[in-house]
Amino acid sequence: MSLLQVIEVSHSYNSKKLFKSKDTSNKVLHNISFSIEEGTCLGLLGTSGAGKSTLGKVILGIQRPQQGQVLFQGYDIYNADKITKSKIRRDLQVVFQDSYSSVNPRMTAERIISEPLENYEKLTLIEKRKTVISLLERVGLNEKDLKKYPNQFSGGQLQRINIARAIALKPKLIVLDESVSSLDMVTQALILELLSELKDDFGLSYLFITHDIKAAFSISDKIGVLEKGELIERYDSKDQFFKSQHPAIKRMRDSILAEHPRDRSINRNSSLT
Amino acid sequence: MGVYILKRIMTIIPIFLIATLLTFGMIHLSPVDPAEAYLAAANIQPTEELLEQTRQEFGLDKPLLVQYINSVMKISQFDFGVSYVTNKPVWEEVSSRMPATIQLTVGSLIIAILASIPLGFLAGIKKNSGIDHFSRFLSFFGASIPSFWFGYLLIFFFSVKLDLFPVEGIGTWKHLVLPAITLALPLIALYTRLLRASVLESLEEPYVLFARTRGIHEKKIMGKHVLRIAISPMITGLGMNLGKLMTGAIIVEAVFSWPGFGRYFIEAVFNRDVPVIQCYVLLAAGLFLISNLIVDLIQMYIDPRISRKGRQFQ
Repeated sequence: MSLLQVIEVSHSYNSKKLFKSKDTSNKVLHNISFSIEEGTCLGLLGTSGAGKSTLGKVILGIQRPQQGQVLFQGYDIYNADKITKSKIRRDLQVVFQDSYSSVNPRMTAERIISEPLENYEKLTLIEKRKTVISLLERVGLNEKDLKKYPNQFSGGQLQRINIARAIALKPKLIVLDESVSSLDMVTQALILELLSELKDDFGLSYLFITHDIKAAFSISDKIGVLEKGELIERYDSKDQFFKSQHPAIKRMRDSILAEHPRDRSINRNSSLT
Repeated sequence: MGVYILKRIMTIIPIFLIATLLTFGMIHLSPVDPAEAYLAAANIQPTEELLEQTRQEFGLDKPLLVQYINSVMKISQFDFGVSYVTNKPVWEEVSSRMPATIQLTVGSLIIAILASIPLGFLAGIKKNSGIDHFSRFLSFFGASIPSFWFGYLLIFFFSVKLDLFPVEGIGTWKHLVLPAITLALPLIALYTRLLRASVLESLEEPYVLFARTRGIHEKKIMGKHVLRIAISPMITGLGMNLGKLMTGAIIVEAVFSWPGFGRYFIEAVFNRDVPVIQCYVLLAAGLFLISNLIVDLIQMYIDPRISRKGRQFQ
């Protein structure tokens, strides 16, 4: 059984306008199906407006799709009873793009990370402190950061805290919704490295939603490409992606800057015209 | 943290000095001649000679700067001079009336907090529910009903008809109930709306939504994230009103024959009793400063970022 199964999910946002009787619904997701196996990472690539974030929300259980099902460990997340839902939430954590708005600015790092622990586990104060410190160390921060507030961290550090919070309960799947996109290149690389280490250590699975091809390839085992609400292609390897003849993929591929200026050829310009 | 508190207290002193300067200046700019007012209050026909004599008596013939420094020195020792009307020291009269006013103010503040926090919070998280409509009704009712009328209504129903509370005066907690409710009603109206609005706002915060997706229990989200943040504008507002409450309880004090200092000050205004007016203005200034200090300290506890502003990257 797959860890996460998305079955024929379709969703559209209805824009009801007062004087327009026509159906102006805007289809965001169209018949999307895929699954994630335990211990693997699926990268979901797509340009802006391709429906990536909506798909993320659907999987997280905050946007009920109009059609289709989302099964997590075999349970339908939208029709599960309360106890199952709480279990699913525990095993399905998330790290969002904007690290600052993901945390309460009035909480210290310690309280941010211990929140899920308090919520799901009964630990004594000492155990909790110990767990939090080990989590902080695991993501490359240390005990000194316990009492700091979010605005005392840099974006990358805070994203590490978000990751620590996500792994605190040892979940099965973490949805990384553009989690590294707002970070600079170096920090991005470090966070990606950390994520793949954690994946191996804890046997985590990721759904890595991004528009960044390089980042997607560096961490994902499989890649899916989302274009205008449809999952157009799926690849098991980098080579397949670079050989694909699909026009949307070509456009994406061409947008990657070649490593040497010499190679930044007409190819790029032609795709613009 | 300690440094911040100390800094905050130190800023009170210059502000209070400015307040004394302003009251001093206003009294001297006003067309009322203190010497003339004094004689009028004592029912003496003012003549040039008498006016001159009175001015010397009160030190009004000295240069303005000397007068100002003298008055500040006296104020710093709680000496606000002698009332023109009663010939008694002003501070003595004010401080003997103060406990009653403080009792009334604190009582109504407690009622306002106890009523508006649950009401505003529930109205916010259950938007457009029964409790939201009730809180809206109560707010419009409280904001539009004048306190002298509401006070008499309360007296009529609870004292005259039901005989639950005494009609007037001061004494047991029963005496306090009706005046405190009367004074608290407009506050409840205001703070229920204020809290509701800020609860709605903080429910929209991304981390509240994210907390839900992470499976945090609703109760914990409400308590730790929503209420804690939503309450801070309300505390600011309450602090701003603490000074206003103390000095503005005059009508309620009149309705319930409450022996606070409200009436004393009103009479002073009519009698042009300059030292009493000056004492009133400075007392109000002092109360505002102190209540704002208290608010800042509470805010600092709720939102620790405040005391660290400007040095977050240390």
